[in-house]
Amino acid sequence: MERFDAIVVGGGLVGSAIAFGLGRAGLATALVDEGDVAFRASRGNFGLVWVQSKGDGAPHYQRWTRRSAEEWPELAAELLDRTGIAVGHRRPGGLHLCLGADELDERRRRMERMQRQSGNFGFEYRMLERDELAGMLPGIGPAVSGASWTPYDGHANPLALLHALHKGFVEKGGRYLPNTTVHEAAAAPCDFRISAANGDIAAPRVVLAAGLGNAGLAPLFALDAPVRPQRGQILVTERARPLLGLPTTTIRQTVEGTIMLGDSQEDVGFDTGQKPAVMQAIARRAVLSLPWLRDLQIVRAWAALRVMPPDGLPIYDQSERFPGAFTANCHSGVTLAAAHANLFAPMIAAGGLDPSLDLFSARRFDVPTAS
Amino acid sequence: MFRPRPDAMPATVPVIVEGRLVHVPPGASAAAAVLAAGFRGIRETPVSGSKRAPYCMMGVCFDCLAEIDGVPGRQSCMVEAQAGMRIRRQIGARSIDPTP
Repeated sequence: MERFDAIVVGGGLVGSAIAFGLGRAGLATALVDEGDVAFRASRGNFGLVWVQSKGDGAPHYQRWTRRSAEEWPELAAELLDRTGIAVGHRRPGGLHLCLGADELDERRRRMERMQRQSGNFGFEYRMLERDELAGMLPGIGPAVSGASWTPYDGHANPLALLHALHKGFVEKGGRYLPNTTVHEAAAAPCDFRISAANGDIAAPRVVLAAGLGNAGLAPLFALDAPVRPQRGQILVTERARPLLGLPTTTIRQTVEGTIMLGDSQEDVGFDTGQKPAVMQAIARRAVLSLPWLRDLQIVRAWAALRVMPPDGLPIYDQSERFPGAFTANCHSGVTLAAAHANLFAPMIAAGGLDPSLDLFSARRFDVPTAS
Repeated sequence: MFRPRPDAMPATVPVIVEGRLVHVPPGASAAAAVLAAGFRGIRETPVSGSKRAPYCMMGVCFDCLAEIDGVPGRQSCMVEAQAGMRIRRQIGARSIDPTP
């Protein structure tokens, strides 16, 4: 039986960001990763570090997302310094393009609402008319009615981020345990045992960050993680000379030049297949937004499953019955990576979640308890 | 570097590679025309700028990208050479004109 200070279950972006943060805090940490039989949401990311669409009706989610976006430059710099890997983070602000008058009206109302909800924290945004937008994005299509803009948004290379978090974790002395599916665990307050491929491991802290796997794992620790899969599809063009100075909700140009086109939200269970009709809809909207995209060849496309809580907001929780057991669930592993490494992990190292995260507890789904 | 096989059809299709006139057998690909014209490399990669030559010749590796008759980024191994075709090498990422 090998003992650690903390065990993180899940080697995707959420788990590796938390493990990276725990290792930096000086905890001997094991990172248990299932292997390529897992659904691997972190291999299918679009790569936005996105703030402007998050937290309508839930200002605590807007604040948490914004804090992560603010921590991002520091995390990117630290990863480059410690691992030599550039994660391609840029924060030029971001746009949400609207097609037609109705979309623009709806967007305007949404942004007004979010600003009202933000209170003293504030929410800086602008609605852009076509002529102003034309100065920010080249060749917008006639169907584009306008856009919302915030300064908070950015993007990064999600695969480089995952690589850098793993490398940084291991170089700091962290133990990475691949190809390990957790079927069984023994839980007692501040004393957890997990069966790994090469023997059992134990620690006084365990963090469940296994994406869709959390739904089955959480009850072993008297936790609740009612996440479900939501499929998203992405198209990727050949590389082009830099044209897009800032990302939009569904179109971004990477540092290397490819242009990524998203996205879809499909409730199809655990089906990672691609569907021509959805790919067509993505391409059609992209070409309506920026007609010159029509000339670029699509060289890759994929589908992946988001880890979706019932209300779309992250779930962060600590077990009341088994103190020391935590869970982290979200569909924004890139955006929230900096919050997980720099804010969430230190809370776990200190022994408990900050009260500011209470609103993210899965208790919010428990109606009898809430009433 | 490359020579036509002795049993190849006679090179009768004229194409222009980087301004250089070269003849290839009927049915040959644009990539073959680039090689027949004596170019060792056909493109330079967008990120590191390293040189690439046609490699798989069957549409898989994307190392034969070229500008063919004004359209950049085409897989030249999958395009049959036509009389008068103009082929240019693809240097770096393709540029695209966003103006309508």
